[in-house]
Amino acid sequence: MPLRVGSDAFAERVDTGLEDAFMRGAVRSAQERLRERKHTSSEQLGDWEAWRDHGEEIRTHTLNHLDYYLEQLSDNIAEMGGHVFFAETAEEANAYVREVARKKEAKKIVKSKSMVTEEISLNEVLEADGREVIETDLGEYILQIDDHDPPSHIVAPALHKNRSQIRDVFTERKGYSKTDDPDELTRFAREQLRQEFLDADLGITGCNFAVAESGSISLVTNEGNARLVSALPKTQVTVMGMERIVPTWEELDVLVSLLCRSAVGQKLTSYITGLTGPKTEGEVDGPEEFHLVIVDNGRSKILGTQFQSALHCIRCAACVNVCPVYRHVGGHAYGSIYNGPIGAVLTPLLDGYENNKDLPYASSLCAACTEACPVKIPLHEHLIAHRQIITEKEKLGSMPERWSMRLFGTGVSRSKLYRLASKNAHLALKPWTKGDRISSGPSLIKEWTRSRDLPAPSRDRFRDWWMRRGKGEGQDE
Amino acid sequence: MNVSLFITCLGDHFYPNAGRATVELLERFDCDVDFPATQTCCGQPAFNSGYHKDAKKAAKQTITAFQESEYVVTPSGSCAAMLHEYSHLLSDDKEWEQKAEALAEKTFEVTEFLVNVLGVEDTGARFQGTATYHTSCHMTRLLGVKDAPMKLLENVKGLEMIDLPNKHDCCGFGGTFAVKMPQISTEMVQEKADCVRETNADILIGADAGCLMNIGGKLSREKSGVRVMHITEVLNHQ
Repeated sequence: MPLRVGSDAFAERVDTGLEDAFMRGAVRSAQERLRERKHTSSEQLGDWEAWRDHGEEIRTHTLNHLDYYLEQLSDNIAEMGGHVFFAETAEEANAYVREVARKKEAKKIVKSKSMVTEEISLNEVLEADGREVIETDLGEYILQIDDHDPPSHIVAPALHKNRSQIRDVFTERKGYSKTDDPDELTRFAREQLRQEFLDADLGITGCNFAVAESGSISLVTNEGNARLVSALPKTQVTVMGMERIVPTWEELDVLVSLLCRSAVGQKLTSYITGLTGPKTEGEVDGPEEFHLVIVDNGRSKILGTQFQSALHCIRCAACVNVCPVYRHVGGHAYGSIYNGPIGAVLTPLLDGYENNKDLPYASSLCAACTEACPVKIPLHEHLIAHRQIITEKEKLGSMPERWSMRLFGTGVSRSKLYRLASKNAHLALKPWTKGDRISSGPSLIKEWTRSRDLPAPSRDRFRDWWMRRGKGEGQDE
Repeated sequence: MNVSLFITCLGDHFYPNAGRATVELLERFDCDVDFPATQTCCGQPAFNSGYHKDAKKAAKQTITAFQESEYVVTPSGSCAAMLHEYSHLLSDDKEWEQKAEALAEKTFEVTEFLVNVLGVEDTGARFQGTATYHTSCHMTRLLGVKDAPMKLLENVKGLEMIDLPNKHDCCGFGGTFAVKMPQISTEMVQEKADCVRETNADILIGADAGCLMNIGGKLSREKSGVRVMHITEVLNHQ
């Protein structure tokens, strides 16, 4: 799955989302469940705001010294006999993993959930090279066997499917013959996947956080599949975004606490795995060969810019779970594997503005995302910064909009002109005014009145009342 | 205490009663209110749309209009938050940045001013009816005014407040968002209007003209019969 998914224009994707009543119901109930759980679990932690400050501090420090920590990580892994590859681009990362798979003559590859491998389209590259790649995270597995349906949520990729849809996918693709009971469905997937784990020649994992001081990688899951991916195949490849690193286990503790609570409202997920290098003599499990691929793919260009804090993201989707826009349009509308507010911030940074210019506008700037972020990324401010670049630097705003804003700038900075326009506002809108409201009209009024009335501007403005009170200011010229 | 009223463009044209109520409330608590005539709009439509050059013009106009003021009070959390944003917007010009900081320090949303500056929690208002309150996003999240409105409303005699379900969700106004992404905005305001109706309240109270225009516009279209009022109108009601 590449970073951008689908070819429809943004407005069409939004319409498709809005028409999908099932998906909207599923998203609504998931959002409410996850918000409630997050609220309860973060309360248990004590002073949540202090934890957020701490999380932000750790991420800021790490990103400011990223080169140092990446080098430390790399040295520690190399010392243990692991291989580290810095990939500047998606192509470089994919070519490296393809080469490892070729050397190992890997026919079957099992994978645990990883957003960065989706971002670089690793599966497609390996499949084109004649290898079978099996996603083992339940959500990702469902999407993969359903003709590579794109993920609609960063943490719960198959959020948009209900259990009867999942049963149908299993029936059609895998010969499943039982009910849509979640336990039965899960048991079936387990049975299918268990053999795949045993047969696999190569395991690929993502990385929640690498730990620089010990050369470890950590994996946070609820299904245990990442442990099997990393324990059974003889060779393990871990792919990480270059920013997913902490200095020591102490910081890992803080970030994992924030991640589990923010993502799924759990104190800890069922499995939190720390893996340090390949199997050493005397160890019974773990890979004989370990490769870490550190992916840049546009990230280093974000360092040092006003958007640097977007790299603080720990992929918890807390911003997605509180977003009222995501609530209605769903994840596919964003046309990116990174959806919701963080997707609207990250996608243009990684993929450019040209194809993603609508995303920063897919927000009412309510700032629920900023408030929810456990590492305090000012998401709504980043959206505004994107808008400024789109309009003033890239000049991708429409001509009428540009002119109306110029007119606005002139009008509001000349108070006489403003007062003249203000005095005549009700007259300008008179043709569409019925009583005290406007229910239809041209242009922007049309957009507003599609679904709601507009109050008619008052003939007796505040200024008029103020004048009559006799204080003599605020008068029209 | 000298207070300058920043009426805001939406307040002036669409909710003039909220401006009147604000003036009367402030005068009741011994403020000497003035209205600088050269004030226009806070610039938020341009700022939020990314047209920061045009937003700067509005910012400078507003800073100049209120340069002499002791306090600036406005019946809008969103516009108050915008005034607090000016110093970032103008940060490439030291002189204007300092002026912007000075403006932010003396600017308050009206309920915040009543509770935190004047120390008033009971305005002496009476209002018979049941109401629900919409918490505006910018007022709570950007300006950080969370408790003042409810403290004041709880002391209005005769008024029964009913909690609004999903009150933390945005109503879908978002300034230009409402007309730039009307299909999404529509769904958001629909859900908000449904929540308001679920409370069976007679009145929806809000503290921002934008939100009230939006939710009120939906309730009006649906002929719901729910009355929409700005919080100052309730706090000034006898």
